[in-house]
Amino acid sequence: MTATATAAPHSAQRTPIASGDAAPAASRRRRRTPGALWVLLVPFLVMFAAFFIAPIVFAIVDSLFTQRSSGLGLGAPTREFVGLDNYVGALTSASFVASLGRLLAFAGIEVPLMVVTALGLALLLGAAAARFPRIFRVTYFMPYGVPGVIASLLWGFLYIPATSPVLQALGALGVDGVNPLSSDAALFAIANIALWGFAGYNMLILIAALDAIPAELYEAARLDGAGEWRLIWHIKLPLIRPSIVLITLFTIIGTLQLFVEPLVLRPLTTAISSDYTPNLAAYNQAFAQGNPNLAAAMAVIVALLAFGFSALFLRIVNRKGNRAW
Amino acid sequence: MVTSIAPAATSVDGHGRAHGPDRETSRRARRSAASSVAVNGLLVLAAIYFLLPIAWVLIAATKSPGDLYSTFGLWFSDSPQAWENLVDLFTQDGGAFSLWIVNSVVYSGVGAAVATVLSVAAGYAFAKYDFPAKEAVFWTILGGVLVPATVIALPLYFLLNTVGLTGTYWSVLLPCMVSPFGVYLARIHANASVPDEVIEAARIDGAGDLRIFGGIATRMMTPAIVTVFLFQFVTIWNNYLLPLVMLNDPKRFPITLGLTLWNSQTQRDPAFTTLVVTGSAVSVVLLVVLMVSLQRFWRADLTAGATKG
Repeated sequence: MTATATAAPHSAQRTPIASGDAAPAASRRRRRTPGALWVLLVPFLVMFAAFFIAPIVFAIVDSLFTQRSSGLGLGAPTREFVGLDNYVGALTSASFVASLGRLLAFAGIEVPLMVVTALGLALLLGAAAARFPRIFRVTYFMPYGVPGVIASLLWGFLYIPATSPVLQALGALGVDGVNPLSSDAALFAIANIALWGFAGYNMLILIAALDAIPAELYEAARLDGAGEWRLIWHIKLPLIRPSIVLITLFTIIGTLQLFVEPLVLRPLTTAISSDYTPNLAAYNQAFAQGNPNLAAAMAVIVALLAFGFSALFLRIVNRKGNRAW
Repeated sequence: MVTSIAPAATSVDGHGRAHGPDRETSRRARRSAASSVAVNGLLVLAAIYFLLPIAWVLIAATKSPGDLYSTFGLWFSDSPQAWENLVDLFTQDGGAFSLWIVNSVVYSGVGAAVATVLSVAAGYAFAKYDFPAKEAVFWTILGGVLVPATVIALPLYFLLNTVGLTGTYWSVLLPCMVSPFGVYLARIHANASVPDEVIEAARIDGAGDLRIFGGIATRMMTPAIVTVFLFQFVTIWNNYLLPLVMLNDPKRFPITLGLTLWNSQTQRDPAFTTLVVTGSAVSVVLLVVLMVSLQRFWRADLTAGATKG
């Protein structure tokens, strides 16, 4: 978001209509432009309001109400304002709190794993010694096109001994009893699926940033006797820092969406419950338990977490001297 | 044309690889030979990791249900039956799978096309016009990038339910037509690649604002437009929660939802496992072909353009 920050001071020169002088032509232009602006901007704004703002507002309002069925369950249930009761209900439910904790643990595994892997791959492909970087790059990127559902189905087969060549090979080597879907390992098994799907995409973002570094910088550093490691540490990493921040932020937001992988893996293991993650819990409340109000409160809590984590992360990053965003 | 617009982003392969001075000592040469082995060894290991599930599913799709469980996962069985599996896949449930492919293509293609038009127009408007509360509106839209999709989908179901849209194609298509990230990308690239002088000159020649946008600016923004389209296409293609929440008629399912429908029936009838495996293989092949052939249009540097400010 640096771009917006830097764009703002120049906006006066950059916007043609704002730069017009008092000449008649300019004022005619000024009268004409709002029409075009409306045509360009309003369709998006209408759609954004309908499919982003409205659901969020709806969820917030809905989370403050509850459905009460009348005495004998006859007649239509009535809608009652209950304030923050649904939030209290969600946050005092042991299973929902546990799912929040699980989500935090998952983020703790997934975010560093993803950033380090993507960075490692990008630096390896950028190393002078790397052969066929183009082929490797496409190979790493390919899983991005495989939907999370299908990735989870595939890894599901690779996680059970009956079909997994990896576990079969380990078994042949005498290593038995490895169960990626045990309750201790399940979070890692899920993190692996997400890593497999998105590491290549994040790697591409970092490669693009690495490519933007002028070659002269390397030349100069090499003349000064710097080796590969020092090039990485003193030139590459500081210069691609904004991109690292970007992929970290995307990964944080991505981890909070955790839903599909546990949903697909659930039939394969008892380690994954129907409210394994907050999103699964909300989905369950809305469609299986018939409590959309509680589900709305849970959804709002996840959204607040997303904003909170993003803000916290950007704050930590920006405190250390050079602003990234 | 693509490269002339954003010169900073051309050398995707170059890696700014600088050639060191010729006077390298033999010690250094030996060390670099060792590091070359290490680097390429790691690259191969990573490639094996990324290819493993894909290789597994392509091989598994040639096996009979029995062989799937009784033969080594990464090698073919003695009695391959790829053709039989494919025929089963495309005839099961009255050809449901082909319908799901068509649905996925429609959702992704139409959704991404409209999303691209809307967000590129809006991004251009943000870049080139001044209007009240512009930055506040823009930051609100950017906030949309931070909201997890799962948080939108549930309330959206109840909202669309009140207007009777749930269960229709529209319930999946309409929400997919909004791409806040696309607006963000389009704004940055309108700023970077459409000079104000060009707009001024076109105005002096008597062109209207919409004509300038449609005829001139969009051409200069082509790489960004392609990126927004591809990004949204893959996002919709990979989407699961939204169709899961909205649709109940398997005739309108995309591939992802269809395959999980079959997957949920494997307990009842193990034959469905082969269908799921073969269906996954086909959809992986479809997408891998798409990704690899579009790779040269897929400009991650534009996705990352944000950070070049």
